[in-house]
Amino acid sequence: MDEGERDVTAMLQAHGVGKRFGAVVAAADIDIGVAAGERVSLIGSNGAGKTTFVNMITGYLKPDEGRIVLDGCDITALAPRAITRLGVARSFQIPQLYGDLTVQGNMLVANACHDQQLSFWRPARRRAALDRADGLLERFRLLEHRERRVAELPGGTRKLLDIAMALTAAPKLLLLDEPTSGVSAEEKFPMMDIVMSALGQEAMTVLFVEHDMEIVARYASRVVAFYSGRIIADGPPAEALATDDVRRYVTGELVHG
Amino acid sequence: MSAVLSPTPATPAAAAPAARGSSPWLAALAFAVLAVAGFFSPKWLVFLVTMAAANGLVSLGIVGLMRGGVVPFGQGMVFAIGGYTAALLFNKLGFTDALGLPLVGGAMAALVAAPFAPLLSRYRGIFFAMLTLALSMVTYGLLMKLESLGGSDGFNLGRPTLFGSRLPDARAGYILFLVTIGMATAVGLLARVYFDSTRGLVTLAARDNELRVEYLGGSVRQAMAINFVLAAFCGGLGGALVVMSLGHVEPNFSFWTTSGEFVFVAILAGWQSVAAVFVASTVLEVVRSFSSSYFPNTW
Repeated sequence: MDEGERDVTAMLQAHGVGKRFGAVVAAADIDIGVAAGERVSLIGSNGAGKTTFVNMITGYLKPDEGRIVLDGCDITALAPRAITRLGVARSFQIPQLYGDLTVQGNMLVANACHDQQLSFWRPARRRAALDRADGLLERFRLLEHRERRVAELPGGTRKLLDIAMALTAAPKLLLLDEPTSGVSAEEKFPMMDIVMSALGQEAMTVLFVEHDMEIVARYASRVVAFYSGRIIADGPPAEALATDDVRRYVTGELVHG
Repeated sequence: MSAVLSPTPATPAAAAPAARGSSPWLAALAFAVLAVAGFFSPKWLVFLVTMAAANGLVSLGIVGLMRGGVVPFGQGMVFAIGGYTAALLFNKLGFTDALGLPLVGGAMAALVAAPFAPLLSRYRGIFFAMLTLALSMVTYGLLMKLESLGGSDGFNLGRPTLFGSRLPDARAGYILFLVTIGMATAVGLLARVYFDSTRGLVTLAARDNELRVEYLGGSVRQAMAINFVLAAFCGGLGGALVVMSLGHVEPNFSFWTTSGEFVFVAILAGWQSVAAVFVASTVLEVVRSFSSSYFPNTW
């Protein structure tokens, strides 16, 4: 897919997006379009600007320059909640869960927050909400943990729950921040299989930040590589991962020089 | 992790959510028991429980805010507004209905609190506590200065009526007791419904992780603002009920020590149980009553 074709059909577009933290350039002149249904992996070394970009899309950070457009709606200045309401959801590198609640309780929180008609009297634990929560837990193979307190769960399970909560809103764009970080080598593929299988039931666009190139090669349909806040490669995994810049600045296969 | 990746065993569907059905029956039973017990109890005990129930309403509002992670140190303000509203309605406008006065008192407190709610919803922790305390102390200062409201002495009001009838001398205290525990029961039930609702759960979630609530589409500030107004209504309601039974209102209603007592009861009760708030309030009233008897002028 060339750039022109991508822009025409893009559901998410970033136009000249830039962000600085003092003298540090976290994002510079980012131009990117993401079409509906794409599975885009954002790669780069630490500090390359991947998470900054995700944080700008979700409204946690405001760009210093440029615009971010979602389905024709300028979301650059919107708050996280407003962007969430437009169909953007995210998970976190460190899962943001409610440790004192059960797994099901966390799903009910997600359901309650998503409820457009937050009611003073409608029970949070009503049948429809419980069924919806259990349905998502089943897709993420978490149903057996339903009654366990989150504080007791292992890291991988928390990651899955974090993503499952994000899916409660049935978003059209899902951002996953390092979904396999902290997960052991032998468990990362089965975990990503569960995630992708669960996502496969939704017509959803996915952007995921990832450091593991095996994960990227297997699960991404497109790779966007960052270095010093700039995009240095953008294309199908086989092509993008083979570029000299990616091999030099991301995977470290070539010596800097 | 292996457990996570293993096929999910067939798990029976979650048991149907426990119906809220039991709460109204338990509340009705508690009301009936108290009503019968009150009929046979000495007047001092009836008065003590009346005060405990009315003050408990104020603390219940604080518990609603505590569930969202903030503690107001100035609920004396809404307590005083409810009390003064009821007393002024009684003395100036001749509105004397024992059911109407508390409701108008609560509504007035909510009305006065509403403009501050969006501002206060931005603050947490000590800042929220101090701002609410400041508001209550400003109210205290105003009430002390305003001679038209009785200044530091406050003023008295007569005995309320019920459905247009004057309360009989011998049973006035008991009837006000019934009105107070009836309203406490009703508001307690509504609070339970609210705490268990989707909004209530969002409040609870905001206490632990506001960022996640926002990223899930919930509004933390909206939840905090609504809770503040609801707490104000409870505070005003409690203030008006206290004033009806005391027959007197004064600026001390808005003093920081009064607010502190409400917070003490809320902390004693915790944030899970509605009934515990009224039990804790009763404990404080008993301690206060016996302290006054055995250690006069030291409370």
